[in-house]
Amino acid sequence: MSSTLGSGGFGDRPRAYDPAAPLTPTGNLRRRQIFSKFTEYLATAAAIGAIAVLVIVIYAVVQHGIDAISWDFITKSAPEGVAPALVGSAVIVGIATLIATPLGVLIALYLNEYAGRRAASFVSLTMDVMNGLPAIIVGLFFFTFMVNQKGTLGLGQAGWIAGLALSIIMVPLIARGTQGVLRLIPKSQSEAADALGVARWRTVLSVILPSALGGILTVTILSIARAAGETAPLLLLTSNGDISRVVLNPFEALASGPTRIYTLSEEANPAGFTEAWGLSLLFISFILFASLGARALLARSKRKTSS
Amino acid sequence: MSSAATPAAPRAARRRDWRRRGDRFGDAALYAICAAAALLGAAVLILIAYEVVEGARPAIDKFGLSFVTGSEWKPTEQFNVFGAGSLLYGTLLSSFFALLLGAPIAISIGLFLSMLAPKAVRNVVSPLVEMLAAIPTVILGFWGVLILAPFVKSTIEPALHDTVGFIPLFGEPQTTGLSVFTASLILTIMIIPIISSVSRDLFMSVPRDMQDGASALGATRWEVIRGVVLPTTASGVVAASLLGLGRALGEAIAVAQVIGAGSEINIDLFKTGDTLAARIASQFPGALTELHQASLYYCAVLLLVIGVAANLIASWIGRRFSYAGGQVR
Repeated sequence: MSSTLGSGGFGDRPRAYDPAAPLTPTGNLRRRQIFSKFTEYLATAAAIGAIAVLVIVIYAVVQHGIDAISWDFITKSAPEGVAPALVGSAVIVGIATLIATPLGVLIALYLNEYAGRRAASFVSLTMDVMNGLPAIIVGLFFFTFMVNQKGTLGLGQAGWIAGLALSIIMVPLIARGTQGVLRLIPKSQSEAADALGVARWRTVLSVILPSALGGILTVTILSIARAAGETAPLLLLTSNGDISRVVLNPFEALASGPTRIYTLSEEANPAGFTEAWGLSLLFISFILFASLGARALLARSKRKTSS
Repeated sequence: MSSAATPAAPRAARRRDWRRRGDRFGDAALYAICAAAALLGAAVLILIAYEVVEGARPAIDKFGLSFVTGSEWKPTEQFNVFGAGSLLYGTLLSSFFALLLGAPIAISIGLFLSMLAPKAVRNVVSPLVEMLAAIPTVILGFWGVLILAPFVKSTIEPALHDTVGFIPLFGEPQTTGLSVFTASLILTIMIIPIISSVSRDLFMSVPRDMQDGASALGATRWEVIRGVVLPTTASGVVAASLLGLGRALGEAIAVAQVIGAGSEINIDLFKTGDTLAARIASQFPGALTELHQASLYYCAVLLLVIGVAANLIASWIGRRFSYAGGQVR
């Protein structure tokens, strides 16, 4: 170290004085900084690339789907419109939400309020596995258990069974999300209730749940957006839905948007593609607006609780 | 003593007593309801596994373990032979290729969001990236068939074959663009948001002090990432990648749309193939024979085993090695 300083610093021929020289990186440092900048650009490019893919997909859907959209398309049955598929999807997802929201919230409450360490880790493991369960297997299970005429219950295809299957997909999402919301509630609130001698269940019902309500709503909307586009279970549980009339009865097979898109895309008949694009546009716009809106809501409520 | 003489006190005491009893009941009830909900989840999981194995019984009896290695799939009455070898291969190949492609991109996005982007940019970009996960897979697959596949066929396949064609994965361009490669691209799009949002949260949980310390010692930003951020979060990043892998393995619809339903084992990514989940989705509704259906259940059993294993390993790694409680969301 000292020897390099000695030989390089003073002894050699004098150079013109440059005040910025000590501040300009040279040699190894310069190379390191360039490499660092390079990796930064790569990371930025990755983010831009992901958004570009999103834009490309949405652009394609809008470009092809916009021609199909009309008032008749939304309100009439086949062959002019897709109303049965929209109504069917709404019924199915509605049923799923009615089942999944209370269950998910209860599980989150259990995890946060009651469970000991071992019980909590067991339950959250269950939620992890449930979350990772391929949707097609959920569909297969309900097919065997309820739909298949030779199976356990043999009920035949029905919308409510599809709703049940979607609720299996929604429960872990809602439980996990609600847990996150519950964690944001200041401990001091429930401690204050404890100090006043309020029973735990009263605290849960009158302190914890009310302050978590906004967050739970957001989480529910997000999982609705996820479930609305789920296709695999519906394909097995309610694929025979009638597309020529609007059906509200959940005990019949219901038409649904995702299965309709799937059928049309497998038929490879160009005439059907327009309808599929139109349906895709309707679903994508619903999902994007719902989840962006819910996220904005969540961000706002987070800011409120943390400040 | 003296208060006992006034009539109000016993009533108040009784009311308090009632209230206490009510509270005890309420507590027990709420506890029971919550615990029941949690148990229901576990029960459903067990029931699912049981029913699927039960459905696969005929195929398990007939083929045993040779089902996993054989790759003949002839559902017509006269043959009635099934083997999931090619499906297993297709599942693993497409998912791992997607992971190979997606994980580095997703981790870079996580780094960008957590370390490089200003807050305002982050607040816009993170939800947009997560939107990718919100696109229904059936729509992604539909887009894949009509737009991505022709593009893959006309542009990407020739380009890759010309430049890195010496790798057997990238063979001669095919006629339709429906291939394992296209399926992998779709899966890549699906898993990027999952991995990136988990890894972003992980990176953001790395203590500022450690990063500042490295910077103060003269480390460049990349060196801070390389030396501090990545090592402390490595296990979480691996868990996140496994989570993405699990998602890719189980995706049925989008893959069924773009993979082309081939039944051979090809090293060439540009040829058609099929995955376990996609085969179930495409053939189960119109299964020809009992045995055909049972074989599809057998596929589901295999898928269940692989998928649950990926998830369990992910959550085990997340728990065991987590530096900052590497938790999803």
